Amino acid sequence: MSNREVVKSSSQRIQKEMIARNYDRITGGGCKVSSTFVPGNLNELLMCFDIANNLPEINAIQNAMRKKSGDLIMEAERAGHSEDVCTYVKADIGMMGKGNIAPNGKPFPDPDVLLLSYTGCFTFMKWFELLREQYKCPTVMLHVPYAADGKPTRNMRDYIVRQLKEEVIPALERVSGIRFDIDRLRGYLRKSAVAENDLVWMLESSKHKPSPIDCYFGGVYYMGPIFTAFRGTDECIEYYRMLRVEIEDRIARGLCAQTPDGDMPEERYRLVVEGPPNWTSFRDFWQMFHEAGAVVVASSYTKVGGVYDYDGFRHDPDQPLESLADYCLGVYTNRNLPTRVDMLARNLVEYDADGLLINSIKSCNSFSAGQLVMMREIERITGKPGAFIETDLVDPRYFSAANVKNRLESYFQMIDQKRRAGGSAAVSA
Amino acid sequence: MNARPVKEIVSCCQEIFDDLTFRRAREWKAAGPGRKVIGYLPVYVPREIVHAAGMLPLGILGGGADLEVIHGDAYYQSYICRIPRSTLELAVTGRLDFVDGMMFPSICDVIRNLSGIWQILFKDKYVRYFDAPQNFQDEVGGVFYSNELRELREGLGRLAGREITDEDIRRSIAVYNENRRVVNQVYDFRAATPWKAPSAEVYLLMRAGMVLPPEEHTLLMREYLAAAEAENRPMRDNCRVLLTGVFCEQPPLNLIKSLEISGCYIVDDDLLLVTRWLLSEVPTVGDPIESLSRAFLHQSAQTAAKYEADRTQKGSYLIDAIRRRKADGVIFAAPSFCDPALLDQPMMVSRLEALKIPYITMQYAENSGQMQPIREQSGTFADSIKLWGAA
Repeated sequence: MSNREVVKSSSQRIQKEMIARNYDRITGGGCKVSSTFVPGNLNELLMCFDIANNLPEINAIQNAMRKKSGDLIMEAERAGHSEDVCTYVKADIGMMGKGNIAPNGKPFPDPDVLLLSYTGCFTFMKWFELLREQYKCPTVMLHVPYAADGKPTRNMRDYIVRQLKEEVIPALERVSGIRFDIDRLRGYLRKSAVAENDLVWMLESSKHKPSPIDCYFGGVYYMGPIFTAFRGTDECIEYYRMLRVEIEDRIARGLCAQTPDGDMPEERYRLVVEGPPNWTSFRDFWQMFHEAGAVVVASSYTKVGGVYDYDGFRHDPDQPLESLADYCLGVYTNRNLPTRVDMLARNLVEYDADGLLINSIKSCNSFSAGQLVMMREIERITGKPGAFIETDLVDPRYFSAANVKNRLESYFQMIDQKRRAGGSAAVSA
Repeated sequence: MNARPVKEIVSCCQEIFDDLTFRRAREWKAAGPGRKVIGYLPVYVPREIVHAAGMLPLGILGGGADLEVIHGDAYYQSYICRIPRSTLELAVTGRLDFVDGMMFPSICDVIRNLSGIWQILFKDKYVRYFDAPQNFQDEVGGVFYSNELRELREGLGRLAGREITDEDIRRSIAVYNENRRVVNQVYDFRAATPWKAPSAEVYLLMRAGMVLPPEEHTLLMREYLAAAEAENRPMRDNCRVLLTGVFCEQPPLNLIKSLEISGCYIVDDDLLLVTRWLLSEVPTVGDPIESLSRAFLHQSAQTAAKYEADRTQKGSYLIDAIRRRKADGVIFAAPSFCDPALLDQPMMVSRLEALKIPYITMQYAENSGQMQPIREQSGTFADSIKLWGAA
């Protein structure tokens, strides 16, 4: 791994501070705490009850980036969890076995409620059943049906709204002792929509050539506030407003995407990436791209906590509960494969990308099952080449740097050959 | 007609099991104009509605131990279980070309995404991802589920080219009530006298029900019960075990045989749960959709793919089954890479440990070939129960 000092933009620094503040709030003991998941997370609703939002995937990511997740996973496997299952779950369970220490060095409190937003991932259900064994705290299930035919139905939406009214909201009232105020929710949703507009502007800024941002590796930082505990806050609005100014400045100056080693000197390849990143070797992984002059102009991972740039969804204060339902239903992994294909194929065309790269994650069947078919279908639709690499989320045993690098180099050569044969046009910096 | 001996009945079931071209289902379809066949994957779909549409519900359980998967492996990474790849192998090699539609129940992300693969690869086929509620309140999950059933009814009705009436569904409910009743008789018979109904035979008998029309399957099971009762078979000094975790990808038949050869009578299991998912008779009067919905919400089996809202009830179905079947221990057999079974297992294990119920765990794939390690493991388990179980 590179030891050079990491170059960070103002937005990255602020994002880091926001995430750190949330951990301080969670571990501070001054409020009730919910554990819930990133996809389908109901941050605005939790805020109505002054409940802090702790996201176990984010904790696993934090541990992976600090090189701690490997030991945590082994701890869970020693306790009887299979090698075959999701490493987010095992990193979380292993963390409990090792004192449950938050990234700020303080112990996580036991959650007051497990908000099981069962959205786009089967494992979520088992994950929280496992956590419930440990914490024995109230657990409330929000079942989000799968949008199997591409578009959610009225029945699905009504089902979610009924669950919110009959199960989720009463449970949160009991936990918090605060009565639900729908106007408070409307206020938060109004703020969400403002931030979401700037978020979409940010995502679409990579249509520029050169792209001012990397929408996968850089994207995970940019998505941080809206995918975690800040959607619906003034801070979130301010963050995305500031990010927009920052990107506008980069566009005006003709800068290529920013990386931990500074601005990319040249943009040689524009890629769309499907699948989550590897977190244990995140910086090394990114380096393989930016050193080759490859920038990710669109990715499905920046849609995992909500899709805002495909069919125009914004949280709607005039239909508060229905809007939460629509948000959950629209999460990327809750959409059927033909819709995911359409989304990525459109990205390839609209962002003038050279090709599609799939980072297939061992842990995540929700993403991974079907990706080979998706790749072929997207190649057929767009005529652009696809490539496939395999890593894992937070298990360092499944990141083989040499293999990944070889595959990437071959892929970039393939793109070059295609260009020489009159395929995708070369991109100038 | 003379009553057939067990061997002949089982041989007939074995032939159905071995036939990956689904000849019997093809013959059923060819026997009448406009007949349609709807495939379904584990764990549960309301076959009553398919049957009410005049169609044959066809259980698709992967390719088994003997199918050479050539194309299917090109669709899946190595870390994904085998059932979707062998199911795709069946499809892309034309073995399912007579199947008019497929239903994919909400069991896990792999089967869920297989529905999308079907939508992409087989655009002319009816594809239904069948979502069942994880909320079991009548006014919440019940309303959702009833509406899902109505959508299914309408979709199949369009495919059938006719309306599926309430009376059609009530008649089919009665057919499946009867089928389930006899399935349960077979399971009870095996639990009471496991030496008379070896699990490999019971399994083959139930597998036949994945292909045959339910009326025919019910008759076959009755015939088997009578024949098995009449058969004189020696009782072995086996222990009694419950086999669990096998609800989706199927273990090789040899694995089931190996467990019994090594000294374990299987007295209950969660194989082919669709045959006994609903735990009581579904009313044959009133609104049939509501009847099916209420049966699912309040009278259906528990499995890893279903949320247990009450932590204290987690695993209670397993404990109840152990007690009801007087099992000495449990064999957790999970398919490799099976999220539902493998993530559920630690919770189930903790319940057994609290009650000091012996168990072992093992993994398999539908094409696992080496049975010696399985026999050694289960044989040792059986010996340990016999040596120390009563202590």
